[in-house]
Amino acid sequence: MRSDVNHVLEFPGGYTRSVGPVIGRFLSELRDGRLVGVRTAGGRVLVPPAEYDPDTGEDVTDEFVPVGPAGTVTTWSWVADPRPTHPLDRPFAWALIRLDGADTALLHVLDVGDHAEPPRFLKTGMRVRAKFRDDRVGGIRDIECFRPEVTSITDPSRLEYRLQGGRALDRFLSGIAEGRIIGHRCDVCGQVIVPMKGLCPRDGVPTSEEVELPHTGTVTTFAVNNLPDPRAPEVPFVSAYVLLDGAGLTMLALVAGLPADQVRMGMRVRAAWRPREEWTKSMSNIKWFEPIDEPDVPFDEIKDYL
Amino acid sequence: MAEPCAIIGVGQTAYRTRRPDASMAGLLREAARRALDDAGLTWKDIDAVVIGKAPDLFEGVTMPEAYLADALGAAGKPIMRVHTAGSVGGSTAIVAAGLVQSGVHDRVLTVAWEKQSESNATWALTVNTPFTTSLVVGAGGYFAPHIRAYMRRSGAPDHIGTLVAVKDRENALKNQYAHLKIPGISREMVESTPMLWEPIRYLETCPSSDGACAMVLASSDAARSAPNPPAWVHGTAMRSEPIFFAGRDTVNPRGGIDCAADVYRQAGITDPRAELDCAEVYVPFSWYEPMWLENLGFCGEGEGWKLTESGATALDGDIPWNPSGGVLSSNPIGASGMIRFAEAALQVRGMAGEHQVDGARRALGHAYGGGAQFFAMWIVGSDRP
Ligand SMILES: [Zn+2]
Repeated sequence: MRSDVNHVLEFPGGYTRSVGPVIGRFLSELRDGRLVGVRTAGGRVLVPPAEYDPDTGEDVTDEFVPVGPAGTVTTWSWVADPRPTHPLDRPFAWALIRLDGADTALLHVLDVGDHAEPPRFLKTGMRVRAKFRDDRVGGIRDIECFRPEVTSITDPSRLEYRLQGGRALDRFLSGIAEGRIIGHRCDVCGQVIVPMKGLCPRDGVPTSEEVELPHTGTVTTFAVNNLPDPRAPEVPFVSAYVLLDGAGLTMLALVAGLPADQVRMGMRVRAAWRPREEWTKSMSNIKWFEPIDEPDVPFDEIKDYL
Repeated sequence: MAEPCAIIGVGQTAYRTRRPDASMAGLLREAARRALDDAGLTWKDIDAVVIGKAPDLFEGVTMPEAYLADALGAAGKPIMRVHTAGSVGGSTAIVAAGLVQSGVHDRVLTVAWEKQSESNATWALTVNTPFTTSLVVGAGGYFAPHIRAYMRRSGAPDHIGTLVAVKDRENALKNQYAHLKIPGISREMVESTPMLWEPIRYLETCPSSDGACAMVLASSDAARSAPNPPAWVHGTAMRSEPIFFAGRDTVNPRGGIDCAADVYRQAGITDPRAELDCAEVYVPFSWYEPMWLENLGFCGEGEGWKLTESGATALDGDIPWNPSGGVLSSNPIGASGMIRFAEAALQVRGMAGEHQVDGARRALGHAYGGGAQFFAMWIVGSDRP
C-alpha cells in the first residue's frame, strides 16, 4: 500500500544540464529522428554514447555511427503495476536493447501491447524497433518506446453469396419441412439415394422416382467425439452413419439419448424431430437420432454399407 | 510411349508448428532453392512450374499460382496449380512429371506447401451451404467411424494403431526435417493420451505443420548433367470417386485399389511387398497403415494389421513404410503428398540420410485426400526404365 505524500520538494523550473559534445550530438540526432553511437579507440560503438570508453577510460573518437532503429533485447524486467511517473499506464517491460550496429545496450521502455502478464513472445533476443514521437525536443523521451518488429498481419476475409440449392435438394428440404424424408430410386442400380441429388453418383444417370423413407434406421459405424462442436456443445457426443430403412447409403447424423459408451454398430435408431412449430426448410428439423427398443442388426447385414 | 522422367532435385523445409520467420513466398523459395541446389540448377534453368496446395480457404489465398509466379521464378514461363484436396502434393508431382514424359519440357520445378499456422483447417473443411447439415468434427471426426469399421471388419486388436504411432515417431527421430520428435516415444505414452475422436487417440493423429517440399523433374538429356544420382519415374496413377454413393466401400475404397493396380502394371510389379524396397504412404491417422496395406495390395483383405504387428513395416522390416516418419510426424497438408513422393525418390537415390533403407532401389510414393476419394501414386526406381 502506498501512503499519500505529505511533503513535496521541487526545484523551480527544473535543473539545467550541459550535455557536452558527445551526448549533445546524440540528442541532436535524436531530435531529427536518427540514432547514432560513438566509436571508441578500440573500435566499439557505444549507445548511448559517452565521452570516454568505460572500459579503458580513454577518450572516444570523433566518429559518430548510425545505429538502429531496430535492435535486439538483451534482457528485460516486467512492470506489472506501473507507477504514476512511469511512461505507460499499463503493464510494460523495461528492456536493455542493443541497437543494430551498436556494441552496448540502451535502457528503454518496451511496449508489447495490452497484456496483464508478460506475453510468451517477450524474450531475450526478440527484435524491436524505436517509435519516435512526432514532436521531438532533443531528449531520450523523443523515443516514445520500443515495439516488437512486425512479424505478421491480420487479413480479414468475408465472401457473400446468394445460393440456390437446386431442384432435387429443394424438393428434399420441402419434404423435411413437412416432416417427411424423401429419396430417389435409381433406375439402374435400384438403390434409394437420400438426400437425393437428382442423379446416381455411381451410375451417372438422372433419377426422378420418389420414395418416402421411414424415420428409423441402423447405426453402421460412429465416432465418439471429445472435441466440442457448436451444434453439439456437450462432449462426448456421437456422430454416426445412419442407414435409414430402405436406403442404399448412410447419412452422417448425431446420435443421442444414451451414454456415448453404449452406442453400438448395428444399433436401431429413430429420428428425433424438433417440435413442429420450430420446423423450417432445413435438416436441423431432425435434432438427432435416438435408440429404439429393437434388437441390434447383425454385422453381416450392415457390413456392405461401411 | 512416355519419355523417361528423372527426379534430379529434392528440397524440403524443416516442418514446424509455426514458421513466423518466413512468408508464404519465402517458405516456398526455401524448399525450391534446396531442390535447385540438389539439381545443380538455378531459377533460369527451369522451363515450367507446377504448384499444389490444399483448398484456398485454408490460408485464404485464392489463386496462389498468380500470387507466387514471380516468387518461383516463373515470369515468362508456364505455371499451373493442381488441386485435389489432401492428395494434391502427389497429383502435383504427377502433373509435373507428365510435362516431362510428354516431351514438352526438360526441367520442371514442382512445389507444394501449407502454412497451417495461418490457417484453420477444421473450419475450412466444414464450411457448408445453408441447405446441408454438418458436424464440425474435422478430418479426425470424419475418419474415426471408418477406422472403427475397419477394426470391426478385420477383427484387428486395439493396439495396432498404437504400434504405428510409435513406429513412425521413432523413424521421425532420424529425419532432420520431421516436425514431431518425441524421444522415448512408447506404447504407454501413446495410450496415455486422450481419445479425441474415439477410436483415435491424440498421439495417433498427425500434427499441424508449416512447410514446403519441392522437386526438380528432368528429361533423360537434362538428367545427364545432374550432380547427384537421379531417381526415375517407373509409373504414375491417379483415381477419384464420389464421396457418397450406394455401395461405396469407405474402408477399402475402389479408387485406391484401381490406382494401385494401374501404377503396379506400369512398373511391372505383381507383388508389391516383395518387389518394392520401401513405401512412403499417406497415413494421417495411425490405423490407416493397416487399412492402406490392404488397399494397396501388400497383403490380403483383413491381413494388414498382422503385417503391422509383425514388424514388417518397421525401418528394419522387410517392407519399411514411412521411414521418414510420415504424415504422423509432419503434416503441412498440401505438401504432405509431395513429401511422400520426394522421400520415395530420396530413398532410391540413396540420399535419405539417417532414415535410408539400405540398398533401396524401388519405392512407392502415395497420397490420398478428400473423404478418401482422391488417390495419387508413383513408383520410382534407381534404374532408368
Ligand atoms: Zn444407380
